[in-house]
Amino acid sequence: MSVVELQNVSRWYGNVVAVNDISMTLQPGVTGLLGPNGAGKTTVLHMMAGFLSPSRGTVTIDGSPTWRNPGIYRQLGLVAEKEAVHGFLTARQFVVACAKMQKLPDPAAAAQRALELVEMTSAQDRRIETFSKGMRQRTRVAAALVHEPQVLLLDEPFNGMDPRQRMHMMELLHSLGDRGHTILFSSHILEEVEQLSGLVQVIVAGRLAASGDYRRIRRLMTNRPHVFAVQSSDDRRLAVALIGEKSVSGVEIEAGGLTVRASDYGSFTRALPRIALGEGIRLRRLLPSDESLESVFSYLLEA
Amino acid sequence: MSTVAYITARGLFGRRRVLLLLPLPLLLVGLALICRAYDVDPTQWGQAVVQGLGLAVVLPVISLIVGTGVLGSEVDDGTIVHILTKPLPRRDIILAKLLVAGGVSAVAAAVPLFIAGVLADGVKFGVALAVAAVAGAVAYSALFLLLSLVTRRPVLLGLVYILVWEGLLGRWVSGTRVLSIEQYVITIADRMAPTGMLDGKVSLPVALVMAAIFAIGGTLFAINRLGSFSVAGETS
Repeated sequence: MSVVELQNVSRWYGNVVAVNDISMTLQPGVTGLLGPNGAGKTTVLHMMAGFLSPSRGTVTIDGSPTWRNPGIYRQLGLVAEKEAVHGFLTARQFVVACAKMQKLPDPAAAAQRALELVEMTSAQDRRIETFSKGMRQRTRVAAALVHEPQVLLLDEPFNGMDPRQRMHMMELLHSLGDRGHTILFSSHILEEVEQLSGLVQVIVAGRLAASGDYRRIRRLMTNRPHVFAVQSSDDRRLAVALIGEKSVSGVEIEAGGLTVRASDYGSFTRALPRIALGEGIRLRRLLPSDESLESVFSYLLEA
Repeated sequence: MSTVAYITARGLFGRRRVLLLLPLPLLLVGLALICRAYDVDPTQWGQAVVQGLGLAVVLPVISLIVGTGVLGSEVDDGTIVHILTKPLPRRDIILAKLLVAGGVSAVAAAVPLFIAGVLADGVKFGVALAVAAVAGAVAYSALFLLLSLVTRRPVLLGLVYILVWEGLLGRWVSGTRVLSIEQYVITIADRMAPTGMLDGKVSLPVALVMAAIFAIGGTLFAINRLGSFSVAGETS
């Protein structure tokens, strides 16, 4: 089990501040790194991977700095965004070469295992330059996993993959996370992050805007009313009853039910069953409708 | 280290760039053969072909193509990341690259120079040229490998060194010859087999010491630079 830690990390290029005083700790499990274009996600990943020195602060894995420390790659795997691979090698030659450079005791067996993990065994003897974008990506993931690193960093790992490959990769990352690996992946597709991980690190304009489970982050945004979709046996009567509740700031009656805006998540979710019971109304559906990662992300960007 | 050397060699010979290694040695051997076939006195063509073409053009240009190809291409296309994300001492990576660059340049330059030397004067001159070419290939390779790490335009800078520093300034400004690998090679070959065809302008101790400084200093500097290799921050 490895822990990646950034402490007060800043990185600037001349007068441009790309990353501004970020502190974060990545624990075992899968974490999504989110941010709009140019937010500094790749810069953060590169610093974690030892490919950039922080201008200020420290980046460590289990206490060891990542910068100028090649030994760190025994426990770190990186799938960079840039697709370049040695195209003149076959997938197997490439992954075996990576296993040899990791000085693994049985490089061929390790390579075979990694290629099986990413479902590339059927094409393993073809030259990489003949591969599709998705196949190249899976080969690179196999190369990054060949030494079973405790920490895996992936920059936009699903680029170029078809839906089935994407699903398979998500399952793979999930299972690695469940087995105690620390995995950080960046993505600009919120749906992917939502499906893969509840934990997010959100970077906006070089700063860490939020960190943790995105549902929990949403609940902490007390300045924004929480929106719930409610269906009941008598929506109109429930609306009348709810408007008298302190934690409710607005109710809209729509064709498919009620849209309720609550200023306090906890008070509302406790009050609703009590009110429904008191009025003799049966609740059929209660759904927090702005707890998606997309809503959380857009709220953070607007903040 | 052997895996890095293997990937480097496959990469080098898998690129079309390797074809650039052929014309110059062929031209050198061809010219020497023609002169020999027509029984032209070696004193008339030896210096122009062996020194003017072989040592001033063939050796440095081949070393430039190979030296910048073994690392610069990987830096350009980003494949270097796959090698750098391994727990290998940066010294091993640079030495493997240097081994391939020096080896290929040495063979590609020393063989035609040996043949040209034999045709011009005899086996002793051919051997002297080959040995000096090997020493020059190592020094040039270390320099051009280093250029791949300190600039994004190593080929351009390398050409400036060969054409402007060695070719132009080396001819007119005597002080620049102390930092000219071409001059070291000429001196080493000339002292091993004096023929009158080569015109070495630095002393042998200077040539040997400076060639070693280029080779060792360039290698050490390259190792240090690779240790601090940064990936351009393309934020997204």
